[in-house]
Amino acid sequence: MKFTIMINEGPYQHQSSDSALQFARAVLAQGHEIFRVFFYHDGVYNGTRLSVPPADDRQLQKEWSELAIEHNLDLVLCIAAAQRRGIMDADEAKRQGLDADNIIEGFRISGLGQLIEGGIQSDRTIVFGD
Amino acid sequence: MSTKKFMFVNRKAPYGTVYALESLEVVLISAAFEQDVSLAFLDDGVYQITKGQNTEGIGQKNFSSTYKALGDYEIKKLYVEKESLEERGLTPDDLMDLVWEDEDDDWAEKPSIILVDRAEMADVMAEQEVTLSF
Repeated sequence: MKFTIMINEGPYQHQSSDSALQFARAVLAQGHEIFRVFFYHDGVYNGTRLSVPPADDRQLQKEWSELAIEHNLDLVLCIAAAQRRGIMDADEAKRQGLDADNIIEGFRISGLGQLIEGGIQSDRTIVFGD
Repeated sequence: MSTKKFMFVNRKAPYGTVYALESLEVVLISAAFEQDVSLAFLDDGVYQITKGQNTEGIGQKNFSSTYKALGDYEIKKLYVEKESLEERGLTPDDLMDLVWEDEDDDWAEKPSIILVDRAEMADVMAEQEVTLSF
């Protein structure tokens, strides 16, 4: 079965990202396909590489990044939500005249159409939010 | 691209959190994909479509007029849960007049708001193929 996963909450503040990560791993372990993971609202904070949690805590952004690289997942941060919250890739930072970018490897920034397309193309769309 | 039944479930007040505003952004994008789109308003989400919203005191954008434009995007099924209205002391008269124009009926304006009770809302939700909850 083909899944699209939507994550609507930031890491640490809310369990949404943890639950989605566990769900994604379970989906892959059972041989299903993940068409796309779409991050919206504060969920875009899952895509920063500048997060430094205490050493005894999990590093959610890194876990997503590693899962994406290992399984060639399509992790998409909503551009409108990301711009509001200061999550930038190199191209967008340059376009906005900013002095830095902060997206972590394995993610990309794109539009909300990617979410709708995910819903159309997938057998199931699962939302992790408040 | 195929057509699916999309439902956007709005459960939170329009201000206080960004969910309602950003939900509306997804709804408007979905219109460009020519999907069969419905909206559900329940719990505090019913406040999103109340009349006379005024955000001057809180310094936030009043985006309530955007709901009036949904009809122009062929989004004309706005299910509102009766119990959620009643629990908040609201009646249908407290809601904005949201309409769409029926081109097959000489562009007559028709109401977009469909009042349903909780059990009917569950039935409508069960018919959907993609449900996004905000």
